[in-house]
Amino acid sequence: MISLNVNGKTEEVDADPATPLLYVLRDHLQLNGAKFGCGLGQCGACTVLVDGRAVFSCVTPVSTLAGRRVTTLEGLGTPGKPGRVQRAFIAEQAAQCGYCIPGMIMQAQALLERTPHPTSTEIRKQMSGNLCRCGTHMRILRAVERAAREP
Amino acid sequence: MNRRGFIARGGALVVSFSLLPRLAAAQAGKLPGSLNNEPMLDAWIRVGADGRITVFTGKAELGQGIKTALIQVAAEELVVEPARIELVTADTARTPDEQYTAGSQSMQESGTAIMNAAAQTRALLADLAAKRLGVPVERLTIRDGAMNGISYGELVAGQSLHVRAQAKSPLRDPMTRTVMGKPLPRVDIPAKLTGQTIYVQDLRLPGMVHARMLLPPSYGARLRALDTAATAKMPGVLKVVRDGGFVALVAEREFQAISAVRALAQGAQWDERANLPESKEIYQKIRTLPSQNTVIHENGKSGAGPAMLEAEYRRPYQMHGSIGPSCALALYRDEALTVWTHSQGVYPLRGALAELTGMPRDRIHCIHMEGAGCYGHNAADDAAADAALVARALPGRPVRVQWMREDEHGWEPYGPAMLSKARGRVDASGKVEDFQYEVWSNTHSTRPGPAGYLAPGWHVEKPFTPPPPRAIPQPAGGGDRNAIPLYKFANARVVHHFVTEMPLRVSALRGLGAYMNIFSIESFMDELAAAARADPVEFRLRHLEDPRAQAVVRTAAERFGWATWKKSPGRGRGFGFARYKNLAAYTAVACELEVDRDSGRLRIGRVVAANDSGDIVNPDGIANQIEGGIVQSTSWTLHEAVGFDHSHITSRDWGGYPILRFPDLPQSVEVHLVNRPGQPFLGTGEAAQGPTAAALANAFADATGTRLRELPFTAARVRQALGA
Repeated sequence: MISLNVNGKTEEVDADPATPLLYVLRDHLQLNGAKFGCGLGQCGACTVLVDGRAVFSCVTPVSTLAGRRVTTLEGLGTPGKPGRVQRAFIAEQAAQCGYCIPGMIMQAQALLERTPHPTSTEIRKQMSGNLCRCGTHMRILRAVERAAREP
Repeated sequence: MNRRGFIARGGALVVSFSLLPRLAAAQAGKLPGSLNNEPMLDAWIRVGADGRITVFTGKAELGQGIKTALIQVAAEELVVEPARIELVTADTARTPDEQYTAGSQSMQESGTAIMNAAAQTRALLADLAAKRLGVPVERLTIRDGAMNGISYGELVAGQSLHVRAQAKSPLRDPMTRTVMGKPLPRVDIPAKLTGQTIYVQDLRLPGMVHARMLLPPSYGARLRALDTAATAKMPGVLKVVRDGGFVALVAEREFQAISAVRALAQGAQWDERANLPESKEIYQKIRTLPSQNTVIHENGKSGAGPAMLEAEYRRPYQMHGSIGPSCALALYRDEALTVWTHSQGVYPLRGALAELTGMPRDRIHCIHMEGAGCYGHNAADDAAADAALVARALPGRPVRVQWMREDEHGWEPYGPAMLSKARGRVDASGKVEDFQYEVWSNTHSTRPGPAGYLAPGWHVEKPFTPPPPRAIPQPAGGGDRNAIPLYKFANARVVHHFVTEMPLRVSALRGLGAYMNIFSIESFMDELAAAARADPVEFRLRHLEDPRAQAVVRTAAERFGWATWKKSPGRGRGFGFARYKNLAAYTAVACELEVDRDSGRLRIGRVVAANDSGDIVNPDGIANQIEGGIVQSTSWTLHEAVGFDHSHITSRDWGGYPILRFPDLPQSVEVHLVNRPGQPFLGTGEAAQGPTAAALANAFADATGTRLRELPFTAARVRQALGA
């Protein structure tokens, strides 16, 4: 059994230690936020926070996470009470298919925790590891700027 | 449960025709939109005794916002708050058969059907209310789902309005609209942004097992030997399902399936072919393969004099590149099959699965659930067929199949490589005197329907042969979509070379041939304008007769500041315009870009677009589609080409098929909409792809004096073109 702290809760998981965090979140803990996109750390759809830093959960073995805090999209808010970054994305209607957006939100959350008022260039740089195929990028940028602006 | 059963179980009442003389007899002639194929009003709209309104569409949400727009249309004509409406999308047991959600046709087909069905349903309700109250219909006050205070639920008392639609509907005056034409927030976004179960990838059913495919390493590879002994002992492994070269591994847990299929791949031996052309020979190959040649347009006496200008354009194979690889769930139980899929066409898929499995159609139920954006025919149907075949081998257990990244990249049907050739001449008055255009392309549609268009259909022991490819006829066209310019030329001739042999698997990618043809023709328009010493925007207006086309061109130019734009070294501006399919939305794009000669990198400045999609339902939805189309087309145009060698697709991940990332974005993207209330809906979803590519190409030529005619404009190609 592996013990994990996910969204403030301690979870005991029966998984091979080499299992990437993504599959533990999705398959064992039934959390939808982190998505499978490439399994190679190339697209960012699986982004979560580990101790406040953005990581690609598809290439992070669960064995490396003992004693560390994992935060997923679900840890930021709910449909009834979305978190600050989620609210900003909703306000900007920053989604088309929306599949990449959870990863974008987590990446933005990590950025804003470290840099509360990023410049446009800093946002583009921070988000460069996350791919969007619908071309929602301009709205995503506006949403991150809005999240930085609004409490 | 089929739809008729559904209605019967709902305690339907067939509103008798004598009760409703005004809408009784179906009129001869074509009904609006998809009503023409499904004319019963209650196939589209049902009003419950509790006042709940359910609207049914055969179209699917693909991330384009169709759910929200259809709800707006229904709410407007029914005069209810949008929040009261529940929308049921593509489902073979519940919704009308509207074939594929494709071709930017959902608003014309389903939107038009729902708008008219809602208006006619409102009229039926008004007749019921008028009879009940003994007042004329004109004296009724209709407000949020009630007539003179009597709710719709009370009026129908649970009865279905099982009435044939009429050709004409009492549509509301566009000037009095309260919901249509206004930006309603997308109904699907909050759930997607908080991790609710929306995507088929997120669906978990009790007792569900996970399958991964062992796909062949290349087209036509034959499985010579498969050693399953080692994998059978791996943790969680339940079964290896094999039917000829179709191989799937099933495990209890998802990562167990992934680990085991990797081990299985080690023990698989394939006989491969080496029959693909070399990447760099592909254009020569396309030109020399057998083709069906059709003159699709001719006016005047084209080719009478010498050509003043001649140019050839090239577009490589390009991917849909969905961010979420294709996924499906299937459950086979009691000789019935249920499939949850992000296919664009649940009804055609059902037919394909019936052929593939030998099951009767009425024992197969396909339910659409969203996947990641597809932008056309990707591997969604293949994954659904995989899940169906695996589920048949594990009765009673829901099977979830998800393709891996290399599966999707390697096996999805690509947008075809294309070649075009333009020749032309301008006269002394500065107008185009002759225009000749030829385009070479494979088909742009190999959608199932036939099981021979499913990848697993090729791999099973008794394979299904793909039917011969067919060209999509004009005026929509396939490879020749938008090959006929909207411009009026004195003499013009357009030829479509439909290339029937397909070296790589191809099918519909957003815009089909329009992307390449608009890139070619709009690039050539700038070359002709230069020959005429004319401003590119003014030159286009000179040849456009349609006032709506002119309005869109003028709007984009004005908002961009075309007339006052100042050139500086290394910077250029470009313009592109088309009316998608020559019958859908009008889009013009102006942009500026800067070329870094040393690195070959292009920096895109402002992009300004104007769009006329007819009657606007959700302006923010249209803006989102056009913005997205501009950014996606920028990615295609600057970065994308599928790589392959003699046997293999070599673009198997995002490293081998780079797409646009945030640092390469334009500085800004603006979209200006021209609304035409009361006019028909004009499809928007694919309208920006071509004009964007052309605007970028023309801006590059303006910046450097050198024209790029081969896509994509990678840094390496830019450096080569500039001799850097």
